[in-house]
Amino acid sequence: MKLISEKGVKRLLMITAFSAISALLLIALFIINEGLPFIFKYGLKEFLFSSDWQPHLGKFGIYPMIVASLWVTLGAMLVGAPLGVAGALFLSEYVPKSVMNIIKPTIELLAAIPSVVYGFIGVMVLAPIIRDNFGGPGLSLLAGSIILGIMILPTVISISIDSILAVPRSYREGSLALGATTWQTIHMVTIKASKSGIIASIILGMGRAIGETMAVIMVAGNSVNIPHSPLDSVRTLTANIALEMSYATGLHRQALFATGVILFIVIIILNSIASVAIRKRMVKK
Amino acid sequence: MNIKFHIQDLNFYFNNNKVLKLINFEIPANIILGIIGPSGSGKTTFLRALNRMNDLESGSRIEGQILFDGEDIYSSDYDVVALRKRVGMVFAMPVPLPMSIYDNIVYGPRLSGVNDKKRLDVLVEKSLTAAYLWDEVKDRLKTSAMRLSGGQQQRLCLARVLAMEPEVILLDEPCSGLDPISTAKIEDALTELKKEYTIILVTNNTKQAARVSDYTAFFLMGDLIEVGNTGQIFTSPNKTETNDYITGRFG
Repeated sequence: MKLISEKGVKRLLMITAFSAISALLLIALFIINEGLPFIFKYGLKEFLFSSDWQPHLGKFGIYPMIVASLWVTLGAMLVGAPLGVAGALFLSEYVPKSVMNIIKPTIELLAAIPSVVYGFIGVMVLAPIIRDNFGGPGLSLLAGSIILGIMILPTVISISIDSILAVPRSYREGSLALGATTWQTIHMVTIKASKSGIIASIILGMGRAIGETMAVIMVAGNSVNIPHSPLDSVRTLTANIALEMSYATGLHRQALFATGVILFIVIIILNSIASVAIRKRMVKK
Repeated sequence: MNIKFHIQDLNFYFNNNKVLKLINFEIPANIILGIIGPSGSGKTTFLRALNRMNDLESGSRIEGQILFDGEDIYSSDYDVVALRKRVGMVFAMPVPLPMSIYDNIVYGPRLSGVNDKKRLDVLVEKSLTAAYLWDEVKDRLKTSAMRLSGGQQQRLCLARVLAMEPEVILLDEPCSGLDPISTAKIEDALTELKKEYTIILVTNNTKQAARVSDYTAFFLMGDLIEVGNTGQIFTSPNKTETNDYITGRFG
């Protein structure tokens, strides 16, 4: 009797585990199945590097969206990574543990705010500030970068703190006993020992930024053009899919799926880099 | 004789736990002081009070005074970083920093602003030689210190402290995880080093204290039971507790 229930539990867990994997596979297959034929028909080079996105004329160049996605992500990194890592260092090294145990979950709550709320704040608060102080339409690359930078903070801070706390206490004591100050210990020992974890947190944050859709649609302006300044309105790959999917048909629809394929590949590459970085740290220990 | 540390009416607390009770004694310069006693008797806490490493524990509190060269190291304007440069420490577990052998040694000197490559090279050879490690590692100074064996790592930790050119070296059971040969090498190094340094050695191994130390202090449950010449402590102790401990009747 016991043996049967034991086997039953194992079976059940196995089915659950495999259904998660097969869901991922199905999604990947579906996107590739819908998108790849279009890329072959239209030409990969033309698709990736032409700046002409005029679906009603049968022109599908996503180059401006690729550039916009990369700029918005880079901008989000410039905002989110330094703030996140500095915050993580402060919370893990300078603040008593009891205080950190209150602040860290609070920061992680930031991840629970729906992205549409971030977008709303961006539209109502951030865009007017940018418009009044720097000019331009306000809804812009800059606004998108700042909002995304804030949205990735919980990811960066939480994973960075975990990897900093994983640095053995004996390293810190060894360094302090040699007459190092707290800051010298942080930048010569702690950061070095937790570097791969910090990098992984930034890459995971980057994956989140490049995949984010709703907040970006709301604050980035959405005009299809290659940005020349941070104040220009831009449309990212994700925004493009979300905005046009509802009415796209035929070739246009396939082009949007192909955009999804490109996005999928970019995110897989980023995640692989992150997991390699994390694994490298495990091996070193 | 020159006195390095004056310990006056020292009480030490972790939260409400009194870990050290009214300790009073003096530690002369250029000797090896062995501190013995069963675990939990406050030996390590006492040692870590001398370079203020206990500050890192939350809830630690001190009463009384520790004078180092006549200065109160717990006064509010005392420079802790400078203190730790003068009073180096080797821990029970060998913990090299996650960098090369060379970088481990020059870590301290670099912090004090020594950047001249030649001077650092000399310092590395000198301190590794003094820690009886130079011959074993001289051809692989750039490899990671994590690759050394436990005994080598512990001697590296000693060399790293020597490179700081401190005045006092605190050792917290430095041989507890080592084989007899590595232990002998460390003991040889210590005997050699006391000419230039004051060495305070906490050990669970009473024989080790008998072998290397000039003075021995016996701690029990936070009390300093007895301190004196190693020969006298081990042959004719004044207190029965000391006698019971060194003859192995408890502890």
